[in-house]
Amino acid sequence: MLATRLMPCLLMSNGALVKTVRFKNPTYVGDPVNAVRIFNQKEVDELVLLDIEATTHNRGIDYETLEKIVSECFMPICYGGGVNTLEDMRRLFSLGMEKISLGAAAFENPDLVRQASAEFGNQAIVVTLDVKKGIFGGYSVLTHQGKKDTRVHPVEAARKMEKLGAGEILLNSIDQDGTWSGFDMKLLREVTKAVHLPVIASGGAGSLQDVRLAVSEGGASAVAIGSMAVFQGKDLGVLIKFPSRKDQEAVFA
Amino acid sequence: MIVVVDYGAGNIGSVLNMIRKVGGQATASAKPEELRSAQKILLPGVGSFDNAMRKLDQLELVQPLQDCAAAGIPLFGICLGMQLLSYGSEEGVLPGLGLIPGRVRRFQFDANHCMLKIPHMGWNQVSMCKKHPLADGLETEARFYFVHSYHYECENPTDELIKTHYGYDFTSGVQRGNIMGVQFHPEKSHRFGMQLFKNFIGL
Repeated sequence: MLATRLMPCLLMSNGALVKTVRFKNPTYVGDPVNAVRIFNQKEVDELVLLDIEATTHNRGIDYETLEKIVSECFMPICYGGGVNTLEDMRRLFSLGMEKISLGAAAFENPDLVRQASAEFGNQAIVVTLDVKKGIFGGYSVLTHQGKKDTRVHPVEAARKMEKLGAGEILLNSIDQDGTWSGFDMKLLREVTKAVHLPVIASGGAGSLQDVRLAVSEGGASAVAIGSMAVFQGKDLGVLIKFPSRKDQEAVFA
Repeated sequence: MIVVVDYGAGNIGSVLNMIRKVGGQATASAKPEELRSAQKILLPGVGSFDNAMRKLDQLELVQPLQDCAAAGIPLFGICLGMQLLSYGSEEGVLPGLGLIPGRVRRFQFDANHCMLKIPHMGWNQVSMCKKHPLADGLETEARFYFVHSYHYECENPTDELIKTHYGYDFTSGVQRGNIMGVQFHPEKSHRFGMQLFKNFIGL
């Protein structure tokens, strides 16, 4: 039987590993190469690695760090951050990345999604939707680390990206990010119902119960955990950790 | 020396990393003469069937691969690289390498399984259809990372090496003489993939 994928979602900023709360206040949590090595030893299903400064500060892609990360990793890795061209993508795939996540670039240059899925196959192209609730409760997709509002509803965005050839949606709730208070289930249900693509739920996981609900009630195909993978608990110190296979099996049973 | 066929449609980096990790020696090449002198050949592959066949054709690698196969050099296809061993795929119109009789079909689910997503993406279990050194030590609890929308259908059941369940049982590994392939990604499947690479190196 196909196992539900549970993956750490790691944030890189200027070569360091950080964790944010609602996309703000990045806390330093360690060295990304080390952390990924630990997750590799723990045999996690998959890993999402997002460079949150690459687009916002025009830093470009940190190939040097990424090469160190992939050379010792034997699980699928999805990289996102600062990817703007097919040439960037070719280089990342040849390093050994399995998937590439497009955020801002998918909105500024939707044709890139189409071209990328034609060249690399749609299974390799993930579109990240960072979603924020407006003051009247409506959802909108934001880019540039939550600083730019595309004014596109996530359901509409997900459908559009599916048509363009995206293979997966990483659905991230900015409001829930780093809060340990559970996923935005309404958002998750709306998006998973609207597309046939696998949707990865992200933003807000605080317990395995949250993870279970994202799949059973939210319709997510996979779940990403951020704080839960790098902190001992809410408001506690840094600890790189991951639920054991036994615990995962119990959650998804 | 294992030659990893570098034809612009494969995840060369992770395959080389993994071979290195388990103590093998490999080089990436797209030169026909290097293929002909290889001890073993590994054919990776991601993307679409026709794109991959076109690239092999442009690099004039189709005939050398078929010659190497006929000469008994172990040839191991991964993911799309396995599908290329067939006569052809529903995904495209170009003929495959035709090394293991069979065709590649898209997943088709009946009403009971229509909710299953395509591609089949994630970790799944495998079971062995027959004994072969490539699959040694993988009989119990082995799981592998899959990403694909199409799967092999062998003409001869004796060529089926591994099967996996997704909506129905499909062939996830093939082997006929010195030709073999797996649908999943052993280079991204932790210690289970390492075991498989070790087995291939030891053949």
